[in-house]
Amino acid sequence: MPIANYAFGVAEASVYAPEILARGLPDGQPAHKDGSASIEASPALLALEGIGLSFGGVVALADVDLSVRPGEIRAIIGPNGAGKSSLINVISGVYRADRGHVALHGARYAQVPTQRLARLGVARTFQNLALFKGLDVLDNVASGLAYKTRSNFAGQILGLGRSRRERAEQRGRAEQILDFLQLTHVRDRLAGTLPYGLQKRVELARALVAEPRLLLLDEPMAGMTAGEKSEMAAYVRAARDRFATTVVLIEHDVGVVMGLSDRIAVLDYGRKIADGTPDEIRNDQRVIDAYLGVASENEEGAGI
Amino acid sequence: MSAIATDLSATELSKGTSLPSWLAPLLVVSFAYIVVPLVGGSYLFEAILLPFLALSLAGVGLNILTGYAGQVSLGSAAFMAAGAFAAYNFNLRVEGLPLVASIVFSGIVAAAIGIVFGLPSLRLRGFYLAVSTLAAQFFVQWALTKFSWFSNDSASGVIDAPKLFIAGFEFDGAVGRYLFALTVVVIITFLAHRLVISQTGRNFIAIRDNETAARIIGIPVLKTKLLAFAISSFIIGVAGVIWAFAYLRTVEPAGFDLDRSFQILFVIIIGGLASIRGAFLGAALIVVFPLALSRLGSFLLGDVFDSGVLDMSQRIVLGALIILFLILEPDGLVALWDRVRRRLLLAWQSS
Repeated sequence: MPIANYAFGVAEASVYAPEILARGLPDGQPAHKDGSASIEASPALLALEGIGLSFGGVVALADVDLSVRPGEIRAIIGPNGAGKSSLINVISGVYRADRGHVALHGARYAQVPTQRLARLGVARTFQNLALFKGLDVLDNVASGLAYKTRSNFAGQILGLGRSRRERAEQRGRAEQILDFLQLTHVRDRLAGTLPYGLQKRVELARALVAEPRLLLLDEPMAGMTAGEKSEMAAYVRAARDRFATTVVLIEHDVGVVMGLSDRIAVLDYGRKIADGTPDEIRNDQRVIDAYLGVASENEEGAGI
Repeated sequence: MSAIATDLSATELSKGTSLPSWLAPLLVVSFAYIVVPLVGGSYLFEAILLPFLALSLAGVGLNILTGYAGQVSLGSAAFMAAGAFAAYNFNLRVEGLPLVASIVFSGIVAAAIGIVFGLPSLRLRGFYLAVSTLAAQFFVQWALTKFSWFSNDSASGVIDAPKLFIAGFEFDGAVGRYLFALTVVVIITFLAHRLVISQTGRNFIAIRDNETAARIIGIPVLKTKLLAFAISSFIIGVAGVIWAFAYLRTVEPAGFDLDRSFQILFVIIIGGLASIRGAFLGAALIVVFPLALSRLGSFLLGDVFDSGVLDMSQRIVLGALIILFLILEPDGLVALWDRVRRRLLLAWQSS
């Protein structure tokens, strides 16, 4: 197996970035539902303040506030067209909000600088797969570290020391992530040739390899079977526990979200209609109405 | 014994081929250096190999921009012209400048022009970008014709190539110019190969496959696109120097018209996008095909097949070929080649 050769020399390195090792996992252990008291006090890693966004006359988001604490898994749910993806796009700077601010680690942005997103410790996946089809799985994942590249093209062509070291380090890190997400068996396949569920997982790997402090997942389980969904949920939780990453995820499947998340925000027609723990959300009348619809007043069909 | 043999072939099969990947290019290059000059006649060099080498190199350059970085360009001939005329002027006006230096400088001039005309790529994509690169095509050709300084005030705008001296050695005659072109092409192709497998090359592919995702994960999209334009134009510019200095020896701006740009685009479409080998296969077909067609035509039809008919039938058949390739083999000759090779290998191993 050639894997051992590639990883040679970096195999013993920790999957944790040195800076994560240094600051340790927040609160000793990652946030779990019962341990939320200690997290309650910690400042928000991400805060949205009065976000408004409209396309032409269509209001996608109206006055949305959201705060995400370090180490939690924060879900945003809502019916189709509720503005969930718009919200993720605002957080990652793909859209510029018409009103409001996004605060990351305390710094407020009218528009989050997409180009510096990776350096700010934010990584994301996409609702529709956004892998690089022409690269193999390993290179796709390693590309998540491209923002750290310091060597220039001339050095890379000539194979100078720094570019070789960078390459070895990137591959080593990528291999560790592939191993963590059990993707090692497809590392040399072109990303576009993989089945859908695996591509989703490769995207997660590409986002994770940068060891982001904030991980945005845009419908990570869309289009998956029930088995694949619970598998993906397990990977998301494992990733949070292992890398001390804060996760914001959008999902349709309420059942999966209830089991996975620490706190859930519910959007409907671009407004936040509820925000709380899974138990609170489960019993919230407005959420039930939004999802199941309101019983019609004239059940007899009078007047039709 | 037979168990070992089957075991061996199984490992060979799984890796596709047991030969190291550098062996095939090395064999081809040694063949081109040692055997070809011994057996080839001047027709082979003048009519086939020299244009083949120049077009291949231009194809390698365009493939970096279009095949790898995904930015469509219709201005290739302009960058060839810029390279050719820049090298001519460096050679003419700077006393004692070595030929190698004027080639490198002319590549840099072409790269600078490439960056300028690559700026629209920061806002435009696909079809619209292709149209904006047409501006390079028309502007460069216009400037070279309008300002006679570029052609040293020659009345017709024609420039004559200088003698090809490198380190006191003159590359003279058809074979000499062939060796000169071959050396330049081999060196640049090797560097281009190193580039496309490097981090920068992977960034090109990432931007081609998904620009938004590339930006999100922190690839410097704007810088990388301009770099692709610069490197691509550099290589195409040097290809222009070979075209002018080694192949034609006298060129005029009209020789680098839009047809030439399309020809280079066809080279990479037919050869295979995002493949260094593809540029060579495509160029071989583009160069050999008209010659073969004219031989075949005059053999079958005799005097009816004059140059006018030849020209028209060339365009028709070439157009048909491109449509066929786009439909049947979008990955080009290089994919066809790989498939045939795999079949042969399998057949050989199973026998």
